[in-house]
Amino acid sequence: MAKQATAKEVLLDPVFGNNPITLQILGICSALAVTGKLETALVMAIALTAVTAFSNLFIAMIRNQIPSSIRMIVQMVIIASLVIVVDQILRAYAFTLAKQLSVYVGLIITNCIVMGRAEAFAMQNPPGLSFLDGIGNGLGYSAILLALGVVRELFGSGKLLGHEILPLVNDGGWYVPNGLLLLPPSAFFLIGLLIWALRMWKKEQQEPAAFKLAPQMKAED
Amino acid sequence: MSSNKESTARTLVVALVVSLVAAIFVAGSAIYLKTPQEQNRLLDKQRSILAIAGLGGADLSGDQVRDVFQRRIKAQVIDLPAGEVDTSLDPDTFDPLKAAQDPKTSDTLAGDQDIASIKRREQYTTVYRLEKDDGSGQLEALILPVRGYGLWSTLYGFLALKPDLNTVIGLGFYQHGETPGLGGEVDNPRWKALWPGKTLFDADGKPVIAIVKGGVQQGSPEAAHEVDGLAGATLTSNGINHLLTFWLGEQGFGPYLDKLRRDGV
Repeated sequence: MAKQATAKEVLLDPVFGNNPITLQILGICSALAVTGKLETALVMAIALTAVTAFSNLFIAMIRNQIPSSIRMIVQMVIIASLVIVVDQILRAYAFTLAKQLSVYVGLIITNCIVMGRAEAFAMQNPPGLSFLDGIGNGLGYSAILLALGVVRELFGSGKLLGHEILPLVNDGGWYVPNGLLLLPPSAFFLIGLLIWALRMWKKEQQEPAAFKLAPQMKAED
Repeated sequence: MSSNKESTARTLVVALVVSLVAAIFVAGSAIYLKTPQEQNRLLDKQRSILAIAGLGGADLSGDQVRDVFQRRIKAQVIDLPAGEVDTSLDPDTFDPLKAAQDPKTSDTLAGDQDIASIKRREQYTTVYRLEKDDGSGQLEALILPVRGYGLWSTLYGFLALKPDLNTVIGLGFYQHGETPGLGGEVDNPRWKALWPGKTLFDADGKPVIAIVKGGVQQGSPEAAHEVDGLAGATLTSNGINHLLTFWLGEQGFGPYLDKLRRDGV
């Protein structure tokens, strides 16, 4: 089935249809950690998109050479190298952002989206299509990260990309910031609401209940 | 073809080639990006020196930082045990942290001396003098590098003193690996704001500054030497106590501060 996928489907389907965060529930860790500010969310989104796209590309290029016994470790070597390079570039050209993102850039290595796409798509598909699949999944991840970043920064600190939008009470304005939004748990609530909204819109994403709760029964005495 | 692909020899060759290409790729990018990264690190260090001396820091652009640094901050290499300025070493190129690794330029600390758990202390280190903006060359702040072990990591930072060599202007760490949210709160501006105005030494010149658990008793005679502990980070707080005691004591900047007190700043 995946063989017949067209470039457009591969690129756009992961954004709303088969979104890595809201449908596959992957990559939640970094989505909680780096979305307190839009700027860090943006850099993380770009970094992950680049890593997923290029790891898919390189793995697809050598997919027919990789012996299946060391398949995973070869994927890991490629992904890890790409992440190190991205980290080095950030340190050289966006030092303060790299400092704020701290361990999370390095943790792209363990982000299930990257490994998942390598294993599920790049091992069976040609390089060009795999590259687009990487971009598409990166865009799906980015869409959620940016949505969270906008909501959290705007209502948590009254700013967007560091520019004041809602004047804060502390600085003589009227907006009392919601401190909860600056803490990672708030992203959990927001992701939950997003998943709910998306599944109301696209009913086919609703999962059948895995089991039914038995009616309350009275213990026999 | 497919049976050939799974053979042991083929597996080894693929593993080797992939590793080699990845290694060249990673090493190449690390070498190529080394210069801008080092500039960033230097700028970050200068920025944190300015921030600790109360000159802003985070809001300044890279050029402003370099400009203020060049105009008002004078780096000096000092001989720690002798407490004297050593003009034979160039403060711009001398790296105290590298010197601390080298047996020729550092001393091993005995167990009971090594309260900050740094194992080796360099013989020479760099201090920074912030001079008044009027060009008189008078001292406005003295900025001393400090470091010591917290819970997980060595904390590297600076302590800025007023010209009375007793009152704190600021304390901050530019590099550490403590737990975010607990020990990592050493970076919290509200905690750092507790430091300015505290005094380091008692009447006999002994370092008595300390972070105390449970909060400072306002109005007690020791309140001027005490700072509230970090909640959930007792070991990081202890580490900072130890490193301040070490660097303000005989093994650290003690002789240098004594000499400044005798001869004037």
